[in-house]
Amino acid sequence: MSEQQTSPDWQEDVLGQAAEWKSDGVDVALATVVTTWGSSPRPVGSQIAVHGDGKFVGSVSGGCIEGAVVMEALKAIKDGQPRLLDFGVTNEEAWEVGLACGGKVQVYVEKLQ
Amino acid sequence: MKSETLDQLLRDRGDNTSVILATNLTSGEERLIYPADLVGGNGLNPTVADAAQETFRSDRSKTVETEDGPVFLNVFNPPLRIIIVGAVHIAQPLARMAALAGYDVTIVDPRSAFATDERFPGVTLLTEWPDDALASLAPDARTAVVTLTHDPKLDDPALEVALKSEAFYVGSLGSKKTHAARLERLTEAGFGENELNRINGPVGLAIGARSPSEIAVSILAQVTQALRQGS
Repeated sequence: MSEQQTSPDWQEDVLGQAAEWKSDGVDVALATVVTTWGSSPRPVGSQIAVHGDGKFVGSVSGGCIEGAVVMEALKAIKDGQPRLLDFGVTNEEAWEVGLACGGKVQVYVEKLQ
Repeated sequence: MKSETLDQLLRDRGDNTSVILATNLTSGEERLIYPADLVGGNGLNPTVADAAQETFRSDRSKTVETEDGPVFLNVFNPPLRIIIVGAVHIAQPLARMAALAGYDVTIVDPRSAFATDERFPGVTLLTEWPDDALASLAPDARTAVVTLTHDPKLDDPALEVALKSEAFYVGSLGSKKTHAARLERLTEAGFGENELNRINGPVGLAIGARSPSEIAVSILAQVTQALRQGS
């Protein structure tokens, strides 16, 4: 497992933004990196918040998988079901996207209820 | 995640409270775990309790396997802190760089001509005497202390408090000669070799730094090394 950076730094305030959207009455989903193997661009705990219209803040990779994660987040917003997604070069056939760096990540996607 | 959980998480963050969000990745069930919950278990699965303990300490979120499925422990610890004694030239770039690296920065200097908002915009400045300031700031295992005045009247009292604390890093600016004299004074003050070995002096990694900004880089690099590699 890779290094975890939990200190708030120059990155976006993902959870704060999620709460703000929610209080505005917008449907929101959160996606969180829960496991990494090998070299992965973002550490465990990295998150994005997805707005019901498809825009998002934060990052869960160097940009390799955000598109696919947002698609799944929108599905989670619709059906309310959490999802556990696997991304990695070895899973290229199961998912249309992978990580160029050769690592693997698992991303948990859930609707903010 | 439930909105109430998110709101509580944001309140805890505002209060600088350590907390773990535990989520069962199969059922979606979630709960917040506080350090106090680990005393006596408080209804926690023992595997989760052990992992939570380790996660608070290491500050690294992780997934742990339990009989009820994988549980993700996302740890939210308060920010790392750096206490800089001496509102001197080097403190200016160091305060900015440390803030970028995620530290909550406090500068201590009783000389009010040095510790001004003009020189340190947006930084917490304390003009108390360093031992009083350090004692009230109470450095913990997520705090670095750096003294930059090379004035024994200011640096030594700060170091005396820092060396008795859990601070993960203690560094002190000054040449080899200055540092040797400092160690002599602190030895007379009753500190032993093991305690004195905690002081990084001359401060910073040896990268040939010259300008105040470069010296700040070398100091922050050494602080990072102590944090991540425990040296």
